[in-house]
Amino acid sequence: MKDREKLELLRAKEYIGLEKIEGPLIFVKNTHPVGYREIIECVDPSGDIRLGMVLETSTDMVVAQVFEGTSGLTLPGTKVRFQGEPLTIPVSKRMLGRVFNGLGNPIDGGPPEKGEMELNVNGMPINPTSRKYPRDFIQTGISAIDGMNTLIRGQKLPIFSGNGLPHNELAAQIARQAKIRGTETEFAVIFAAMGVKHDVARYFVKSFEETGVLENVALFLSLADDPSIERLVTPRTALTLAEYLAFFENMHVLVIMTDMTNYCESLREISTIRGEIPSRKGYPGYLYSDLAEIYERSGMVKDSEGSITLLPILTMPNDDISHPIPDLTGYITEGQIVFEREMYARDIYPPIAGLPSLSRLMKDGIGEGMTREDHPHLASQLFAAYSYVKDVRNLASVIGEEELTPLDHTYLEFGEAFERKFISQRIDEDRSIEQTLDLGWEVLRILPVEELHRITEEEVEKYYNG
Amino acid sequence: MPDRVIGRIKRVNGPVVEAMGVSDAMMFELVRVGEENLVGEIVKLEGENAIIQVYEDTTGIAPEDPIYGSGEPLSVELAPGLIGNIYDGIQRPLEEIRAISGIYIKRGIRVDSVDKSKKWHFVPSVSEGQDIHEGMIIGTVRETERVEHRILVPYRINGKLKSIMPEGDYTVEETIAVVQTENGDRNISMLQKWPIRKPRPVSERLPLDIPLITGQRVIDTLFPVAKGGTVAIPGGFGTGKTMTQQALAKWCDADIIVYIGCGERGNEMTDVLTEFPELIDPRTGKTLMERTILIANTSNMPVSAREASIYTGVTLAEYYRDQGYHVAIMADSTSRWAEALRELSGRMEEMPAEEGFPAYLPTRIAEFYERAGYMKTISGKDGSVTIIGAVSPPGGDFSEPVTQHTKRFVRCFWALDRGLANARHYPAISWLDSYSEYLDDIAAWWERNVGPDWKKDRSEIMDLLQREVRLQQVVKLVGPDALPDSQRFILEVCTLFKNAFLQQNAFDKIDMYSTVEKQARMLHVILTYWRRGSEAIKHGATLIKLKKMKVYQDIVKMKFSIPNDDIEAFNKLEARLERSFDQLESIYER
Repeated sequence: MKDREKLELLRAKEYIGLEKIEGPLIFVKNTHPVGYREIIECVDPSGDIRLGMVLETSTDMVVAQVFEGTSGLTLPGTKVRFQGEPLTIPVSKRMLGRVFNGLGNPIDGGPPEKGEMELNVNGMPINPTSRKYPRDFIQTGISAIDGMNTLIRGQKLPIFSGNGLPHNELAAQIARQAKIRGTETEFAVIFAAMGVKHDVARYFVKSFEETGVLENVALFLSLADDPSIERLVTPRTALTLAEYLAFFENMHVLVIMTDMTNYCESLREISTIRGEIPSRKGYPGYLYSDLAEIYERSGMVKDSEGSITLLPILTMPNDDISHPIPDLTGYITEGQIVFEREMYARDIYPPIAGLPSLSRLMKDGIGEGMTREDHPHLASQLFAAYSYVKDVRNLASVIGEEELTPLDHTYLEFGEAFERKFISQRIDEDRSIEQTLDLGWEVLRILPVEELHRITEEEVEKYYNG
Repeated sequence: MPDRVIGRIKRVNGPVVEAMGVSDAMMFELVRVGEENLVGEIVKLEGENAIIQVYEDTTGIAPEDPIYGSGEPLSVELAPGLIGNIYDGIQRPLEEIRAISGIYIKRGIRVDSVDKSKKWHFVPSVSEGQDIHEGMIIGTVRETERVEHRILVPYRINGKLKSIMPEGDYTVEETIAVVQTENGDRNISMLQKWPIRKPRPVSERLPLDIPLITGQRVIDTLFPVAKGGTVAIPGGFGTGKTMTQQALAKWCDADIIVYIGCGERGNEMTDVLTEFPELIDPRTGKTLMERTILIANTSNMPVSAREASIYTGVTLAEYYRDQGYHVAIMADSTSRWAEALRELSGRMEEMPAEEGFPAYLPTRIAEFYERAGYMKTISGKDGSVTIIGAVSPPGGDFSEPVTQHTKRFVRCFWALDRGLANARHYPAISWLDSYSEYLDDIAAWWERNVGPDWKKDRSEIMDLLQREVRLQQVVKLVGPDALPDSQRFILEVCTLFKNAFLQQNAFDKIDMYSTVEKQARMLHVILTYWRRGSEAIKHGATLIKLKKMKVYQDIVKMKFSIPNDDIEAFNKLEARLERSFDQLESIYER
């Protein structure tokens, strides 16, 4: 490490005047050797300090992004100080129940947080050998999730939504209802908002208030009218607190991040200004690695009892799941909950599409001793049958329903019941896993037993006939 | 590492660092960057400047920081103790790193790739005075219960054996033999190094005519791969690339598995790490970890080490191949590797070709897959490296550059299908888009080892599947009722084949793995049902009757109900099937 004294000396150095300002980027010439990703303090002509980060450093020029935006900066009148260290935030348990901006500074009128320790917001990669494989079932009380796409403690499971779909309602419902059965553990919710509207933030605050969990919630808000560049730090500050709570304080942390699409757009903005070679749709080639840096901070580790469960929300541009943002997210996360506009239009809440939704960790967290022994086969059978329903519906739209075979009619009936009874539920309805599974059998009974290839004879005996 | 300063930093741009004042450096030299000693590699030399790709996070690295040269290319250490280990992309053992730096991977950590203090029991197999040549086996060490590590003479050492240590316990660095060469005496230890970007030499390439048995029915029966072959598994997210790779790593009949997690999820590696030591290999009765080397460069680990991890993996594989083993590499996913290339290329401001990928992408892909093969090694033994690479095409679109270029250099293609995955039909390998060019090469093996019918049966079922596609198009227009029973029966048989044969449950104790004998018998049962069934329909039997046969349910369930070693059960099932049809036909003949 560099000498502390030397560091202090370099920190005090002030460079007056910028070479160039372009969007949120500033260019400074003739500096001392500045470290990559160092934090800068940028003093604007009115004397206010704005934070920024070094993006590129060389012997003759330093490029940095200013989180609070560059509006009002002048070339000769701006002073820059280099901090010699990457961005850190103070973290402590006392931060729960408070509201922060994207950089981790309180905006609830309260005093600044001193913190138990200072942590680098960029985090560090978790060693795969120190991870603990997540397998504890979280009951969300939502059949489409518990039954078909089970959420596991320590999982990263995004919601792929679209504009105007009820993703906020679902996220809030999960935050309200999520529990591990049979245990009372300390839990916390961390909410990171990136570029969302004020009323969305208010909706979440109100929802947390109503259930009386607000003192267990920390909010990091970088709203739609805040500088877009601040959004690049918001998920990192939020996850830094989450890591502290989970791995140092052994708490179970649920992190809700919305809207990742805005985050990616900010990243593209910076990349474009820097003249980087774009890959798909103008997004930088490192979008995958950058998202992975965020998403991979969730999980469980061997030396701690805590966990980070990550629930990022993203709106698919034009409802297109093959757009780079949902696409790359899906490659990193452990499954996805996909919303379907057509279901929502038919007044089905939550409008979770049956087939493209997936929970990768489900296989290890369900079944005997975890949920119920019939769960794996039941879910598999429901998927298979529902998939056939989709085929039949397509066929019906071409040849007309009357031309379908009697069996196909039965399937249509099953599909309708599955969506109306099993998937659909009230926004305040909290179903136990047994209720969910029994409901699954109830709709499955519409189908004749010969059609059930994925169910064992014992299960037919016990649940289908019983 | 010697403290030879070879230059100073001029510019830092993510993992790419530009150095100035460089006079004494070579291409692909391993370097240490800055006071934190970050590992890097020289990838470009230009006058007094060099471009260095740094394998660790470069936060805090500043201009003027020194760069230290090591004088040698980025290499892996080859010695007993590799098996069962988990490494990062540049062969640093992650367990050791964890002991030093806790749950996170800190930077600039130096650890030995193999344990230098552990003593291994060495048994010599040559005697003094014997002629010695490079690549020759001079003794053995029992590395794990199932793997006998054969000690090879390092490259470029030829001469007479002057002395060799007697059987006993030695560390990997102790001299175990001295060879008198033209250039003086050379000491040999059990440890040697090899640069990762250079293929290890072999005597000759042999034809690929032995299948790699995977226990996965859709693969072994429909789209087999040969030992020494190359395979690509492309598929969008959620189609089961990793599940397929893991199933192969578990059950394929290779001697050694090198599993490269390249830019993928951390939990997937944890899954392998927790599961493999508990799983028993059906062939040897030993745990699967005793034949597995893991290389983990997860998506949040530095991107340039992702680029190196593929080469690290294939070099370790070649080393075991040279000892006479059959090695299979699972690379998950090569797309992440290609993206790492793209990111580094972009930061070096190279001119991009398609979708931002560098123009040398196809060359690199070809170089990688060409390191596979069935070889006569220098030691005289046969060995092979099979490469199975997952490809993650953006948006599941197979027309993107990585999939397209990979397709040019592999001979087996297992296309994962979104529709199948959505219906939870696993493995979601499409029988329409996939292909294997090894069919004819390995047909003789099946005939010799399983039975004469494989090729014929396979063609018959593939033909049915093709006919099904055409019929489905008709059904989509007019509905299934418009088809005569004889054609609807084709649809029925194909559905049966998909449910009872192609779908395989990776979590079911019996179904997770099928021997080739079981596969052949299962296929035969289904085809018997087809042949007799279509006869019966000709004689007037109805489709409903055929479906309601009691034996039909037995066929559906045979994958779960008949264990691999109970071939007798298939005889009974077939007899029952024939009897049922005899009864059925007797009604209609009257």
